[in-house]
Amino acid sequence: MSTKLWRFPGGLHLPGHKAESTQRPVERARLPGRLILPLHQHIGAEANPVVTVGERVRKGQMIARAEGYVSAPVHASSSGTVIAVGDFPVPHPSGMNAPCIVIETDGLEQWCERRPAPDYTTQDPSHLRNLIREAGIVGLGGAGFPSYIKLNPLGKAVDALILNAAECEPYITCDDMLMRERAAEIIHGIRIMRHALHAARCIIGIEDNKPEAHAALLRALGELHISDIQVTQVPTRYPAGGEKQLIQVLTGKEVPSNGLPIHIGIVCHNVATAAAVYRAVQLGEPLISRYVTITGPGVPKPRNLDVLLGTPMSELLEQCGADPASISHLVMGGPMMGFSVHSSSAPVVKTTNCLLTGRHRPAEPPAMPCIRCGACAEACPAKLLPQQLYWHAHAKEFDKAQQYNLFDCIECGCCAAVCPSHIPLVQYYRYAKGEIWTREREKQKADVARERHEFRLARLAQEKAEREARHAQKKAELAGKTAPRETALH
Amino acid sequence: MLRVIYALIPGVIAYVWFFGWGVAVNIILACSVALVSEAVMLAVRGRAIKPFLLDGSAPVTAFLLALSLPPLAPWWITLTGTAFAIVVAKQLYGGLGHNPFNPAMAGYVMLLISFPREMTQWLAPETVSGHALNFIEAARVIFSGALPPGLTLDAVSAATPLDALKTHLHLGETAETARRASPVFGSLGGLGWEWINGLFLLGGLWMIYKKVITWHIPLALLGSLSTMALIFHLFNSAAYVSPLFHLFSGAAMLGAFFIATDPVTACTTPRGKLCYGAGVGVLTYVIRTWGGYPDGIAFAVLLMNMAAPLIDHYTQPRVFGHK
Repeated sequence: MSTKLWRFPGGLHLPGHKAESTQRPVERARLPGRLILPLHQHIGAEANPVVTVGERVRKGQMIARAEGYVSAPVHASSSGTVIAVGDFPVPHPSGMNAPCIVIETDGLEQWCERRPAPDYTTQDPSHLRNLIREAGIVGLGGAGFPSYIKLNPLGKAVDALILNAAECEPYITCDDMLMRERAAEIIHGIRIMRHALHAARCIIGIEDNKPEAHAALLRALGELHISDIQVTQVPTRYPAGGEKQLIQVLTGKEVPSNGLPIHIGIVCHNVATAAAVYRAVQLGEPLISRYVTITGPGVPKPRNLDVLLGTPMSELLEQCGADPASISHLVMGGPMMGFSVHSSSAPVVKTTNCLLTGRHRPAEPPAMPCIRCGACAEACPAKLLPQQLYWHAHAKEFDKAQQYNLFDCIECGCCAAVCPSHIPLVQYYRYAKGEIWTREREKQKADVARERHEFRLARLAQEKAEREARHAQKKAELAGKTAPRETALH
Repeated sequence: MLRVIYALIPGVIAYVWFFGWGVAVNIILACSVALVSEAVMLAVRGRAIKPFLLDGSAPVTAFLLALSLPPLAPWWITLTGTAFAIVVAKQLYGGLGHNPFNPAMAGYVMLLISFPREMTQWLAPETVSGHALNFIEAARVIFSGALPPGLTLDAVSAATPLDALKTHLHLGETAETARRASPVFGSLGGLGWEWINGLFLLGGLWMIYKKVITWHIPLALLGSLSTMALIFHLFNSAAYVSPLFHLFSGAAMLGAFFIATDPVTACTTPRGKLCYGAGVGVLTYVIRTWGGYPDGIAFAVLLMNMAAPLIDHYTQPRVFGHK
């Protein structure tokens, strides 16, 4: 079946490097001696620990509670004993340590009590969302936004639920392998999501460089006799898997700037998230594991592993035949949007889709001045002028950078990839965004402080006025009392 | 940027073929001066010398300037022009990527204004003059002004076709009689110039194919130049020559594909490039037709350089997700 597709502006054809890690079947990663579970593996507020050191936990037990609306709980990925709650290395661009719960595993893999809800169709959507929230499910495509929020249509009619199976970044194949091996789970998960959203249509968008996964999805749909989920192949062009880009390719609609897909009647989820939703709702299992691609020139046996969250990256590298000490450059994510991980003892988290390794850090040619060639603007899928953003970010003219729509940048890295002067453009944009956020936070803080100060001044003034009033009253009373006596004296 | 030089080579060969080895001497001299000036300025400014010398931008400037000079211009013309282009127009503004004006054209215009006599002493094509200077003879003329015995400057020099046309039109002749009266005209443009322009066009198309430049500026420039020419030609063909003459004379193709497309000084948005190219084309026609200078490309490019930031500002593409 041929479907009308649209084209997003810009983009790049990149060498895929996907075959390396799809030659071996997915294997379970070995159970590590210690699981390190960061409290912040998602977008939103850090989870709040509900266990203490020395406490025994079971597999799937909640060990940190979601804190507020945009947050997600954390669960023990295996049974064992909590041996530490404190700061440890985590995968984060800053390279700083962050709060984690460390569990020493006992190898028993004892599950906590699971409460499956096999017949989701009888469930109220809000109850389903609650199950998904309690299971700690966040977007597994890399962003890590709590999924239950995106399963709430907010009273709007959902025209299309789009499942992102594009996996457009080079090297990464975890979604590809998940579709090949667990297509039925994904389909079940999609139906649950659709039920929660009352979506009119449902489309799985998959890049046309994954024929095996495409076939597996079609096979699963056939076996389950499902005909209302459409599988559409989209041309392989980076970043076709960007949420906004995939929506444009499949529907021709543009997500408004500063808006959400739901504003144009679309909800987009990753396929791995769908599989996690299935496990959470129908099996009662929270999100405690995921597929991770371990690949790159530094790994002798590149492959995908089914990894318990919290497993140190070094153990996965060893399982793939690499000596963690010989790997000088470890990236979480792909070559375009990933970031360097400074310590291989950092754990796999909910958003770890890929570990990309190099024996040597590729020598980046020195950045030369911008010659305004405009190649970046041609490659930009957001139709920004990356060069102008660069000039303004470089000159710290952040307001001008915002005028050039800095915040519409999705940080896909196309501009930097085509820059003939090898300018690390995206780093400038991240820096500018960070500075703007910091300034806004400081301004808010200053506003709060000013308000408090003004309030204090007002309170002091009021107190003073009241004191003076009391004083005057007392004086008057005193005067009233003493006056007769004075007359009596006379 | 080396590919820009590769694309120039066919045109340069035709140039040498028609106007002798002086062009080659000028190019070599300009390249040497450009590299030395660049190195000295980088050292003075405390910048890394090697990466900037190897980026190829100084030789490109030198080539473009040398190709704009009269083939037997005295050595000090080439030297001053190139040094001005690199030192003042490029490095004093902050070096590669920071100069608002096209360095080669700034150098050319400085020379044209300061040394009008030397800058308008053009050679006749060798097929017209009948005298072919070899490399050594050309170099001797350039460095000492001494022509080979038995030759006078008058014998080898002639006005450029654009100049000749202007003179004849001023005398009240029609474009047609002018073209018959002077031997410097060819079937399309100037004799020899049509070949040079044709080969620069070829090199330019190769650069578009190789994605060194985009099509916007050349197309808009040549399009607006021919449109202007066509309108006036249809209006009065006796006083205004045909679009083809404009396209295949002077620096039309060199300007369209190699000079106006300098990314540093041109517009960068797609629509901006179209405006910019069209502006250069119109101004070139205006200066060629009613101005006092033989060709208009250099002034047109510099004028549009000034307007480029403003054009860029008003031609920003619609950002994804914006109305």
